[in-house]
Amino acid sequence: MSSNEWPLWEVFIRSKQGLNHKHVGSLRAPDAAMALQNARDVYTRRSEGVSIWVMQSALITASDPKESGPMFEPADSKVYRHPTFYDLPDGIEHM
Amino acid sequence: MEESTYTFLLRLGDDSLILGQRLSEWCGHGPILEEDIAMTNIALDLIGQATNIYTYAAGLTPDFNDADALAFLRFEHQYLNAILVEQPNGNFADTLVRQFFFDAFRVPLFEHLQDSKDTSLAAIAEKSLKESRYHLKHSSEWVIRLGDGTELSHERAQLAVFDLWRYTQELFHMDTAEQKLLAQDIAPNLENLRGIWLETVETVMEKATLKLPTNQGFFGAGRLGRHSEHMGYILAQMQYMQRAYPGMEW
Repeated sequence: MSSNEWPLWEVFIRSKQGLNHKHVGSLRAPDAAMALQNARDVYTRRSEGVSIWVMQSALITASDPKESGPMFEPADSKVYRHPTFYDLPDGIEHM
Repeated sequence: MEESTYTFLLRLGDDSLILGQRLSEWCGHGPILEEDIAMTNIALDLIGQATNIYTYAAGLTPDFNDADALAFLRFEHQYLNAILVEQPNGNFADTLVRQFFFDAFRVPLFEHLQDSKDTSLAAIAEKSLKESRYHLKHSSEWVIRLGDGTELSHERAQLAVFDLWRYTQELFHMDTAEQKLLAQDIAPNLENLRGIWLETVETVMEKATLKLPTNQGFFGAGRLGRHSEHMGYILAQMQYMQRAYPGMEW
């Protein structure tokens, strides 16, 4: 990245009250206030949200795709970690 | 009374329409994608405001059937927008300073019009106010960053302030229509808005490290239908389709 480019920001939008903020994309901005303003213009112009978070992409620590084997595969064989062995009583919905 | 309301509505709506048209010239030419979208959003807000205002105004005149007719079928001298809004986009600082001067005027104007005795006008003001408050935030933040930015951005922002200042006085002019509407609690005293406007402007100028000129500017007569040389070109572009293909829809 050339040094005169603005930093990259990740944008998170909450689509309605009670839901989580969800990552929707990224943008460039000189500072946090402008990042928020740009996020409003770029990502909520069709009423997509009621709340916005922005954070500098550089502040995110990400897992390494090369390590996805040791990171995630061991969980694949542990079916007993899913709560699928219970008999549900009658009348319980949405399970 | 209806005639005064009609005149006032045109002054209000024409400011929105002509600035909206001007801003839309940036579409596809913004300095960054985010700003390209922001300016187009604001242009659309303004054109939407004009649509609401013209729809109301068209009901008060036998001369024009609807909002489209008012927007596209008048002659230059029939447009009553302030000369500020027809000024060319220039560079990015010119556009943002023009926008800032305008937004800082529009917010207190709509705040007052919300309480208008004319309920249609009050409803239009209430809806438009939310948009204008965001426009003001957007343009203020940019003026601060351009003024207090690099040497080049400061210089351009300062030149824009010196250049556009002269057109701001017209915004607060109380003509016959405004006087009549003031007497009926339909519109506020625009001269009183100047103090509120100046407070906003001075706060932002200070943060932006920009200076205001000390002279008063001149009395522009856009409100009376006498425009700068730029207006004809704006109308030529804006009205072309309706003039060439009358009644055309898409």
